[in-house]
Amino acid sequence: MRATWRILVIDDEAVMRESLAAWLREDGYEVDTAASGREGIDRARETDYAIYFVDLKMPGGIDGIETMMEVKKLRADASIVIITAYATVDTAITAMKEGALEYIVKPCNPQEISLLVTRIIKVRKLQRENEILRRRLSGRWHFQDLISKSPRMQEVFGLVKDVASLRSTVLITGESGTGKELIARALHFSGERAERPFVGVSCAALTESLLESELFGYEKGAFTGAAERRKGKFEQATGGTIFLDEIGDIAPKVQVDLLRVLQERRFFRVGGSEEVSVDVRVVAATHVDLVEAVRTERFRDDLYYRLNVVAIHLPPLRERPEDIPLLARSFLERLSHELGKEAEDLSEGALKALLGHRWPGNVRELENAVERALVTAKGRILTEEDFAFLRPVSEAAPGWTVPTHLPLADVEKTVIAATLRRNEGNVKETAAVLGIDRSTLYDKLKKYAIER
Amino acid sequence: MSVVAVVAIGTPDGEALASVEAAVATAFGREVRRLDPLPEPPRALDAARGQWNAPEMLKALLAARPAFAERILGVTGRDLFIPVLSFVFGQAQMEGPTAVISLARLSQAFSGLPEDRPLLLQRARKEALHELGHTFGLVHCPDAACPMSLSTGVVQVDRKGEAFCASCAALVRERTPVAPPPEGRTR
Repeated sequence: MRATWRILVIDDEAVMRESLAAWLREDGYEVDTAASGREGIDRARETDYAIYFVDLKMPGGIDGIETMMEVKKLRADASIVIITAYATVDTAITAMKEGALEYIVKPCNPQEISLLVTRIIKVRKLQRENEILRRRLSGRWHFQDLISKSPRMQEVFGLVKDVASLRSTVLITGESGTGKELIARALHFSGERAERPFVGVSCAALTESLLESELFGYEKGAFTGAAERRKGKFEQATGGTIFLDEIGDIAPKVQVDLLRVLQERRFFRVGGSEEVSVDVRVVAATHVDLVEAVRTERFRDDLYYRLNVVAIHLPPLRERPEDIPLLARSFLERLSHELGKEAEDLSEGALKALLGHRWPGNVRELENAVERALVTAKGRILTEEDFAFLRPVSEAAPGWTVPTHLPLADVEKTVIAATLRRNEGNVKETAAVLGIDRSTLYDKLKKYAIER
Repeated sequence: MSVVAVVAIGTPDGEALASVEAAVATAFGREVRRLDPLPEPPRALDAARGQWNAPEMLKALLAARPAFAERILGVTGRDLFIPVLSFVFGQAQMEGPTAVISLARLSQAFSGLPEDRPLLLQRARKEALHELGHTFGLVHCPDAACPMSLSTGVVQVDRKGEAFCASCAALVRERTPVAPPPEGRTR
């Protein structure tokens, strides 16, 4: 179950190959085997193994030293251990000279091989930690940091790659916690603007006037307390990218100002009379259904069209369950390091519990769940028990008694409110469950004054 | 079918078998049944090494497993090896039905010391839990006091306790099917 470290055993003798593989599997490693040097090289081409055990003598094909040299061409940092039944000083010297990390004679002492593997893995762990820390330090995030094997997310990654180097405005939509900011960062740091600033603004967190001065800056004396001129986020992001998060929540006045910047790439600082020009790429994100917001006139249609040049939609986690184990393990690895915990993996029961949850808060909720489980976990494997807090509170009234004393409108209101609650306020899903379209649902929500 | 069968391979050590059976029943919450001793599989003997091949022992156990047993644990007095290693205390099929332990190197007499039966039995119990643990998918545990920690010598075996650590115990529980309700309770 400890899926992190993979080992390849290359030996032409099945009994040797399989017995070593079985022994290493008991240690928790994921072990692949290859019956010839050629097969081993092919496997190394596909996968970057933490350790390669290579038998020295493999008749009828390329031998262990040649295999090692080929693997080294593919994986310069590969940790290769040569195994042989014929110990001579010459072969040992040749093996080490050609880059073998170790040389062992079979049958070997279990302690010797165990210490060897532990030592190599320890170095590998340090290398990986070093990489994580360096990346954290630089704050740079790339495609490699976006973890998914879902075909829909792969499409998203493809689109990100295609548009990263363009200046086109991008609108990222998706539920809260689906990773909109990560995509925005990947767009920035994979493109030609990577060396320039990436500036994020959470639009929902600020009031109308604050947001205006935050985005466009202000002149000295523009308002009480404006003691000196201050650059806004647009100016700070010059040459780079501005990320406008929760764009669906901005007030009508700011919508107008933003539209102007998008159209003309020029704006006035608050209290200023001089126009400022900027070269900024705009990436906006929202969890709000903007089409619906435009229809109900809460969002300007001209601004929507300006933002929606390239649209990227991130599917919720429940629609890509294949990513749950992948993401959970990745969070576990990072968080156990950050929290100083020894946890290494998730049990099958834990994975089942994670797969059975609906994740209304998406990837962020999953990350929080792993952190919470880690904090309270006692062992090195997180089990189903550690995720007990995910178990849903059962519905109080499982049965449905048909009311015979209510006006039809009351019944409708109750059903709509309950369905909306069950779908965590998601209008699209509620409408689908009720078998009506979204605009009808909005009308009914308004009619019955049901809050989302 | 929550039964673990325990069987001697070759000459049985009745006291060791009984001791192992009690430990297995407690740790895994399963019924344990003793089978008639199995003859030593001749193919398992490696005359050149003077040792017995553990994977061959597992094959013999697999063939002897009765239908009622979800797991079968063999106990032998012979010194076991796997081809790549000089010896093993035991061997198991990861998430499979068979496991075997050897009493040979667990005995003080192997190191030329006077025999210590209680110590031998204690070591046998720990190794039985270890190998059966593998059959339930448990891997080596970094907690040196847990029976699932790796032992490459008797010093490490003696450092282990006889109860699984919290993590390994939780994994065993996870893999334990829910027990049927006691009779009469469903009425």
